[in-house]
Amino acid sequence: MGHPLLEVKQVKKHFPVKGTIPFVPSRQSVKAVDNVNFHVMPGETLGIVGESGCGKSTLARLINRLISPTEGEMNFKNKDLVSLSKRDLRTVRKNIQMVFQDPYASLDPRKRVGQLIEEPLVIHGVGDSVSRKRRVAELLEIVGLNPRYQNRYAHEFSGGQRQRINIARALTLNPELIICDEPVSALDVSVQAQVINLLKDLQKQFQLTYIFISHDLNVVRYMCDRIAVMYLGKIVEIGSYEEIYHSPKHPYTQALLSAIPVESPYENKERIILTGNVPSPIAPPPGCAFHERCPFVMDKCKTETPPLIETTEAHRASCHLIKKEEE
Amino acid sequence: MHNETASDRELLYEEQYKRAQKEQSFMRKLLRNKLAAFGFFVMIVLVFTAIFAPWIATHPPHQMDVTRTLLGPGEMGHLLGTDSYGRDTFSRIIYGARISLIVGVAAVVFGAVFGSLLGVISGYFGGKIDAIIMRIMDGMMAFPFILLAIVLMTVFGQGLMNVIFAIGIANIPGFARVVRGQVLSVKEADYIDVTRSLGAKNTRIIFHHVLPNSIAPLIVYATMAVAGAIISEASLSFLGLGVQPPTASWGSMLQEGKDYLVLNPELATISGLAILITVLSINLFGDGLRDALDPKMKI
Repeated sequence: MGHPLLEVKQVKKHFPVKGTIPFVPSRQSVKAVDNVNFHVMPGETLGIVGESGCGKSTLARLINRLISPTEGEMNFKNKDLVSLSKRDLRTVRKNIQMVFQDPYASLDPRKRVGQLIEEPLVIHGVGDSVSRKRRVAELLEIVGLNPRYQNRYAHEFSGGQRQRINIARALTLNPELIICDEPVSALDVSVQAQVINLLKDLQKQFQLTYIFISHDLNVVRYMCDRIAVMYLGKIVEIGSYEEIYHSPKHPYTQALLSAIPVESPYENKERIILTGNVPSPIAPPPGCAFHERCPFVMDKCKTETPPLIETTEAHRASCHLIKKEEE
Repeated sequence: MHNETASDRELLYEEQYKRAQKEQSFMRKLLRNKLAAFGFFVMIVLVFTAIFAPWIATHPPHQMDVTRTLLGPGEMGHLLGTDSYGRDTFSRIIYGARISLIVGVAAVVFGAVFGSLLGVISGYFGGKIDAIIMRIMDGMMAFPFILLAIVLMTVFGQGLMNVIFAIGIANIPGFARVVRGQVLSVKEADYIDVTRSLGAKNTRIIFHHVLPNSIAPLIVYATMAVAGAIISEASLSFLGLGVQPPTASWGSMLQEGKDYLVLNPELATISGLAILITVLSINLFGDGLRDALDPKMKI
């Protein structure tokens, strides 16, 4: 199966919470990402899904090293991103690029589009100004924009065009891994399709690996080879797209999938409606984080945290129910 | 055939776009605002007056004539009359523009450079550095502006350079505040995160992204500060702490004129008007500048 491009091992990110008493540090913390393990193979697309606040974006920022993990290891091509020196990190960053959610806020309003796309080359001192200009024109063409637009400002473009500019910038340094943090959720549905198709084409053209974060299950279904489902900072289920969609093992995944709208009004689909709210990430419940809302809760769930159990070769879920079935 | 028309249309669009761009260019946007254009015009006139003072002035500014003291406007070839020493008021106003503009601009540049630097460091890095810098700035701000300048002038002694330093230092906290606030909001923007994720160093992020996006309020504040600095210089000169006595300065002329308010009211009025017009035009210009500097704003 070859070596994974990225391996995330037991990564935690806890944000300290401001205490109620001033100047006295609080011992509480928000467990935004709690003990996450997964790997990404070269050339594949790993989707990360989950509701708002489950730690998807924090995970993206951790991999991109915009923030440092509290604990854990992240191996990118066998180099640990956490313990790298600042200079080594800069070179590794050439290989990991990110497309942000908001196409409006992620382009500097005072720079021309050409300058924005050129910037990664300038930062890493690649080429001279003539070759950089040529690369910018080439990239604009690749993402389907007129190369003549490079002297315009970002605000002169539509949302979809801006996201294309963001994608062009992410491609500038020929990265291997691109993290897409909800790249289409701010766009119109019609434009979403265009951008997603662009991303798919680029993947084929440049053998890119994607980590695709989204809460839109239809988008994920279209884009991803494998899917990881997150709940309250933890991965509760991870597996290939077929496995997750056709035989979800974790009750949360089942509920999530049942929430996808049906395509025709004559279709009947059983809808699992969860009760209660997502617990606070400051004080997650003991045992399985999902036990308070789980329709199949057992006594064991309230005390013991279930590990990620392998059900088939490419499918793991963290639920006590799975063991029971085997027994 | 069909293709040709398509590319023709594209060219036409490009042409239209370029024309629209020209319409929205910085200078056009600025001058379309009538008040700003007026301010700009007055400022240009002032700058030329200051530069070409020796050619415009009708008399040497320090030349006294005891036989022609306190003349009214237009008497004996003195356009705006003379003061108690028989010096030509018009010529002194013209030369006074030099002092006012030099002090106004130099003091603000001094304050803006050091203030912005402190503000950027404070806002961008935050934490302890921020706390230390801003508490010092708060301490300086606790003094009334003019009191601080007076204290500094008594420490430094009189002279043009010292006036510039005193007003410049008194300007630092204001700039630090404005820039820090701006940096605090800009540094949270997504595009700063993007740049960091590309591998940019702090210096690049600060000088290429944070500062350019914080500059608009800074420039507006700076133009207003020029007006303030001109008033400060006038106040210091009025109090006898500014430039040395024979040198013509609007503030010192105002001070000399106050003794003759009943007898010769125009003496104080003319220097006061010079300050008023200058400050007003700079403020109007500053307002227009803020609107014109925003690339998103269409006027």
